[in-house]
Amino acid sequence: MAESILEVEGITLRFGGVTAIHNVSFQVNEGELYSIIGPNGAGKTSIFNTISQVYRPQEGEIRWRGNSIMGEMPDVVANLGIARTFQNIELFPQMTVVENLLLGRHIRMKNNWLSGMLWTPKARREEMENRERVEDIIDFLEIPEWRNHPVALLPYGIQKLVELGRALAMEPELLLLDEPVAGMNLEETEDMARFILDIRRELGIAMIMVEHDMGLVMDIADRIMVLDFGEKIAEGTPEEVQRNPDVIAAYLGSGDLHIGEA
Amino acid sequence: MAFNRPMLRTSYQEDTAIFPTYFQKGAASLFFVVLILLGLGAPIVSSIPSFFLGSTWINPITNMLPLAIAALGINILVGVTGQVSLGHAFFMGVGAYTAVALGGNGDEWQACVPFHQELGLLEQEGQCGLGLPIWIWLPFSGIGAALAGIIVAPAAVKVRGLYLAIVTVGLVFIGLHLGRMLPSIAGDFESGRKWPKLDFRLWKEETPLVSFTEDGKWFGLIHLTEEQKQYFLLIMILGAFMLFAKNLVRSRTGRALQAIRDRDIAAEVMGVPEFNYKRLGFAISSFYAGIGGALWASYNGRMAPVNWSLFLSVDFIAILLIGGAGTVAGTILGTIFVELTPEVVKTFTEWLGEQTASNGPVAWLANILLTEGSGDFGPISTGTVALGWPMSVFYWNLVIYGVLIIAFLIFEPMGLYGIWVKVRNYWKRWPFSY
Ligand SMILES: Nc1ncnc2c1ncn2[C@@H]1O[C@H](COP(=O)(O)OP(=O)(O)OP(=O)(O)O)[C@@H](O)[C@H]1O
Ligand SMILES: [Mg+2]
Repeated sequence: MAESILEVEGITLRFGGVTAIHNVSFQVNEGELYSIIGPNGAGKTSIFNTISQVYRPQEGEIRWRGNSIMGEMPDVVANLGIARTFQNIELFPQMTVVENLLLGRHIRMKNNWLSGMLWTPKARREEMENRERVEDIIDFLEIPEWRNHPVALLPYGIQKLVELGRALAMEPELLLLDEPVAGMNLEETEDMARFILDIRRELGIAMIMVEHDMGLVMDIADRIMVLDFGEKIAEGTPEEVQRNPDVIAAYLGSGDLHIGEA
Repeated sequence: MAFNRPMLRTSYQEDTAIFPTYFQKGAASLFFVVLILLGLGAPIVSSIPSFFLGSTWINPITNMLPLAIAALGINILVGVTGQVSLGHAFFMGVGAYTAVALGGNGDEWQACVPFHQELGLLEQEGQCGLGLPIWIWLPFSGIGAALAGIIVAPAAVKVRGLYLAIVTVGLVFIGLHLGRMLPSIAGDFESGRKWPKLDFRLWKEETPLVSFTEDGKWFGLIHLTEEQKQYFLLIMILGAFMLFAKNLVRSRTGRALQAIRDRDIAAEVMGVPEFNYKRLGFAISSFYAGIGGALWASYNGRMAPVNWSLFLSVDFIAILLIGGAGTVAGTILGTIFVELTPEVVKTFTEWLGEQTASNGPVAWLANILLTEGSGDFGPISTGTVALGWPMSVFYWNLVIYGVLIIAFLIFEPMGLYGIWVKVRNYWKRWPFSY
């Protein structure tokens, strides 16, 4: 049994009267591709936001490698090695692809305002070294022709890749992917799936993937958790989850997805 | 298609260079040479500014240089970090007061302590000024303003957008009030006091090591007037601050500031501590403001507290809107435009006034445009007090700003810099028109 790196225990998150997450527990193991699925509004994105501490759950506990991260600032969580992408792309629109990825390198770099303003040899060397790391990622994602374009001008599919690249640039130990293939065509979806599998195989980064594309989830996930109305209704391998009557009921109820197609 | 163009630059070093192409390097060098020739008063080169600004053109240009330093600061806060502030005049004032307290002429040091045993808090006797040399008062004017920025930051980062703008207006009024409360530092509220000169002394010796305020030979080489010396000094300081600003934007810290401007929550999730960086943005911006304010007051010699008013802050917002927020080049373009347009309009009106006496089409035009009394419907009034129609040059300047700011907001949000980029791209693609 692989070692667990992230443990979520009984978290409950309420917005006024709305309970977005209700008593949800799960854990993610080293190198695992864990997937969270569920109908719209089930609370998937909210779980990501509690892990990165953008939202503070009222109850429960979240532990990273055995230590609680409850109440930490989001930037502290990022420094621990947790990176993510966003459902509605959150790139820095006025910055270029290279600058966005270099921003991902922020936590791995040291030059500060003074060495930066003076452009000291050390700061310059660090900028160049990190630029090379960024170029590697750009090559890996096969987007070299876009490198110096402000991201606001890029097509949607490319923006999704840049967001993945920015998260990778952080050299995370856990990567949270919020609907990485939403809105993409078949070809783009296949490319993205290939990148995700490459990341897992070559870099061994653990991932949590929220996704509505059941074909993709059933294909590549190790384990799946199913949420409905903020509650965990099932967890298991793709086969187990597909056979679970509660899951089938939840999805039939929402008319949202067709598990049979997987 | 521009997209498939191969990478022509060979290294990342070149990619991040301030002037990446040989053309840009050449243009920058040429510009530098022109600036030197201008300062030396070379005949052909300086005929251009003297056409627009009259024979004393070097004064408005030199006066603009410290303001350009302050403008670089507001650009770091508003253009780069995305925090709209109207408090810049306050931080300039803090810098200038620090300069005059440390470098000005005054009584015993007790006059600098805003407390008097009998009179109470904020009450002082005498005039504060320790007479220290420029290498002390100038850095500390920046540091003093930066500290003020750091103190204000915790309150400022709690509010966003329009609310931040309004809160920072409050700062300007606090500054004006303090200026009134502390006459031993700020001088008389209406007439002000004398600021330390731009001379370089090692300590408090009589004759400065390098004088910037007397005509004479420099290093035994070239004869320069006082105006020329100050022009060169301030242009060198401005050049250094432009370089620092440019370096900031192309390094780790500048990217973090821009990330906060573009999307603050995403920046935090990427590991950028939002509060620390917003505070840093305030500190650096205020540092620039302090240096700019101190140099501006020193160049002008005498400064009254009323100068650090909301009008000055608004000038800087106009600079960013007209020049193009976020870039060093745009900030400088905006400063040149906003600070020199009134001078150009003034020169033009004076010239017109002289033409009325002559004959021919110019005199005819001048007679139509100018009005002395309130009779002949000319739009520009030459009278000193003029409310309503015809308007004086001063009010025409305000109208010109207003119209320009609205025009830029609607047609070219990137300001003059945006226009420059478009022209440049057009010539790059020439002779292809797409
Ligand atoms: N900031 C917020 N304020 C109030 N309610 C919120 C907030 N964020 C989420 N919610 C509510 O919490 C619930 C879960 O939302 P969440 O975005 O986590 O769903 P999701 O599973 O990601 O859905 P989708 O598949 O549509 O992305 C919804 O009812 C939503 O309205
Ligand atoms: Mg969601």
